[in-house]
Amino acid sequence: MYRLLLCFRYLRTRYIALASIISVTLGVATLIVVNSVMAGFSAEMHERLHGLASDVLIECHASGGMPDPDAHLEEIRRIVGDDIEGASVSVHVPSMLGIDFNGQLITRHVNLVGIDAATYDTVSQFGRYLIHPENQKQVDFNLRESGFAENRENFPASGWHYRRARVAYERALDEERARVEAMNREVARLSNTLPHGTNEAAKTDDGLIEDESLHGETLDSDAPENLAAAGPSLGPLLPPELNGGATDGVAATFDPATEQYPGIILGISTCSNKLRDEAGNVRDHYYCRPGDDIRMMFPSASENPKVLNQKFTVVDLYESGMSEYDSTFAFVRLDQLQEFRGMIDPISGVKSVTTIQLKLIEGADLNAVRDALRKRFPPDQFAYSIQTWRDMQGPLLAAVRLETTILNILLFLIIAVAGFGILATFFMIVVEKTRDIGTLKALGASGSGVMSIFLSYGLLLGIVGSGVGLLGGILFVDNINAIAGVIERLTGQEVFDPTVYYFTEIPTILNPFTLVWVMAGAVAIATAASVLPAMRAARMHPVTALRFE
Amino acid sequence: MNHSSDTPILQARGIRKSYYKNQIELPVLRGVDVAFARGELSALVGRSGSGKSTLMHLLATLDQPDQGEVWFNGERVDNLHRRGRDRYRNHEIGIIFQFYHLLPELTALENVLTPAMISRSVLGYFRQRKSLTARAEAMLDRVGLLDRKTHKPCEMSGGEMQRVAIARSLMSEPQLLLADEPTGNLDTETGESILQLLRQLNTEDDLTIVMITHDDAIAERADRCYRMQDGLLVDRFENELANPTPVASNPTTASQQTRTSSAA
Repeated sequence: MYRLLLCFRYLRTRYIALASIISVTLGVATLIVVNSVMAGFSAEMHERLHGLASDVLIECHASGGMPDPDAHLEEIRRIVGDDIEGASVSVHVPSMLGIDFNGQLITRHVNLVGIDAATYDTVSQFGRYLIHPENQKQVDFNLRESGFAENRENFPASGWHYRRARVAYERALDEERARVEAMNREVARLSNTLPHGTNEAAKTDDGLIEDESLHGETLDSDAPENLAAAGPSLGPLLPPELNGGATDGVAATFDPATEQYPGIILGISTCSNKLRDEAGNVRDHYYCRPGDDIRMMFPSASENPKVLNQKFTVVDLYESGMSEYDSTFAFVRLDQLQEFRGMIDPISGVKSVTTIQLKLIEGADLNAVRDALRKRFPPDQFAYSIQTWRDMQGPLLAAVRLETTILNILLFLIIAVAGFGILATFFMIVVEKTRDIGTLKALGASGSGVMSIFLSYGLLLGIVGSGVGLLGGILFVDNINAIAGVIERLTGQEVFDPTVYYFTEIPTILNPFTLVWVMAGAVAIATAASVLPAMRAARMHPVTALRFE
Repeated sequence: MNHSSDTPILQARGIRKSYYKNQIELPVLRGVDVAFARGELSALVGRSGSGKSTLMHLLATLDQPDQGEVWFNGERVDNLHRRGRDRYRNHEIGIIFQFYHLLPELTALENVLTPAMISRSVLGYFRQRKSLTARAEAMLDRVGLLDRKTHKPCEMSGGEMQRVAIARSLMSEPQLLLADEPTGNLDTETGESILQLLRQLNTEDDLTIVMITHDDAIAERADRCYRMQDGLLVDRFENELANPTPVASNPTTASQQTRTSSAA
């Protein structure tokens, strides 16, 4: 009993010991903050990676893909049907994106994906990351009127509304150009000089698969001043009265004000840049936006692949927050891509795909399913790669895990250093308390009793120190974004750079298990540090201790 | 055990004790035989360095003799194992010190309760808390400090601290009280009141008290007085008599005395 009483009293009266425990407090708080941020970061990444990648992916490396996906799916369901919740087929094809921006062609390498809108959402969380709220519910490859990212600042006007305004502006511009041209001709004719060879009005857009050379469109000096003109100007320059029912492939009449090319959803980073303005605010700069037309160049599926050049209308943007995905993916309708690439057998009408994605039921063993499928489609017979999403993101996930582990080890070393501080302080306290130790022994206290005073004192200090650290850490984590804001304001240095991380807020997860083991570790270190001083106190000879001055 | 009144309550038999410094033997006690009778207030008097404090430590089993034995109530205690000696100090005897040795973090009441806390587990203590507190308060009342029970040692005078120490030593109802210079740090008046308190305890509670002092005037207040010199017991006299009768009056005593004082 005296042990508890004394160690509580020591706790209340020895402030030096509390000072020594501050390092434990800080260590614990830091550990908690680091772990929760890392966990939040890693969970966010897991979720995004997983959301994008579906559980199991069967890819065919052949350019023509795997024929008859329905038969494949049937076979897959026969093998691992119990574990499958959803399945979707798609076509992945490497391609080049071309965006006309201020008269220049911006090219990007992207992975063009033909998706089946009806089933794709069942295997991944594709729709969640679209910009338009309606598309988040149900993906539609038809351009929507407006309402893109209404809660987003600086997002340019998009949709049909924008498209009509742009077309109207371009037409006005062209008319003006034609008028100027006609006037120039008139002037030339009147001054008996030879007329110019260029004839803008004669330039026609002759189809969806059009020639590369048509895009050297010249801009007059008066054109780029207006911001609207800074947008793409790939619009076909047809007179409004030639409005016709232009469908896929065959050219003729196409009215951009009322019609669109096949819809495409671009990864947001393929067509935008995150830059800082003079004030240091991060702003997105868009090369194109929903409503604009872009072109994709991709190989056909035949034995001798040809490059296909197809125009699409951007109907939405896709922002997952994973730059790897946002900067390399573009999505179109599966049936359209199959048709463009010639993946439909002209005789049987069977369509080929390159990829089958599977969504497994909750708790299914990913690796078991993968192994079963690999057994059925052995790599030496089929050019298929069968992977789980973890296999694909293995290096990234492993890197995050390694980072977390190393940080934990380092921070625990800090707490261990704090343990030596406690050791030194405790030795001082034991020396200071020598006479009291003698007194207790003279009153019949045993060596182990005296030892347990100091051990429980160490334990108590550890609990107090790490308890305060725990509270501090939790408070810090709860308000981490506010704290980051304050630090930014104080130092002018951005703590969490959104151009780098793609998170507007620092994600955190407080894992109770982590809290418990951090706390237990710190308490154990504090207690361990008090063992040596406590043993010294226990071994003290009562007579020497009583005589100690 | 044999508690007949003629058995001495505490007895030292042929105690020898030396300290060593740089491998040189410094004899402190050189064969001390002493027996303290039950119910007496005895004094061990001697100059500093005569070995009286060391003898008290050995009697309290705080230290162990090189040779000789300590007997308490007809039982040998110096060779008990550690737990037995802890129990002996906690239960059978009470000890008070020149410098009181109260625990500065605890109040007077808590200091008095310390021996009871030491001998009990947390649960045992809580079960008996009321009766123990009542006893501690009674002890404080006995020494006249009940109104100071919540005071810490630093808020008390030396005399008050010594009273608290006495109350603490009485907590476990000992039969024997060992007092090491109980008045050594107090002025004459306060020391007198402490002595009166000890005498009162001796007569009223039949408590055997062994008091160590360097002051002959204080030693004269005891029933029986033992003089120590140079590690040996040289005199024994009873104070009922007007003049002390030397146990062994030989001419060497005086010369030994001067030797001791110069050594000290």
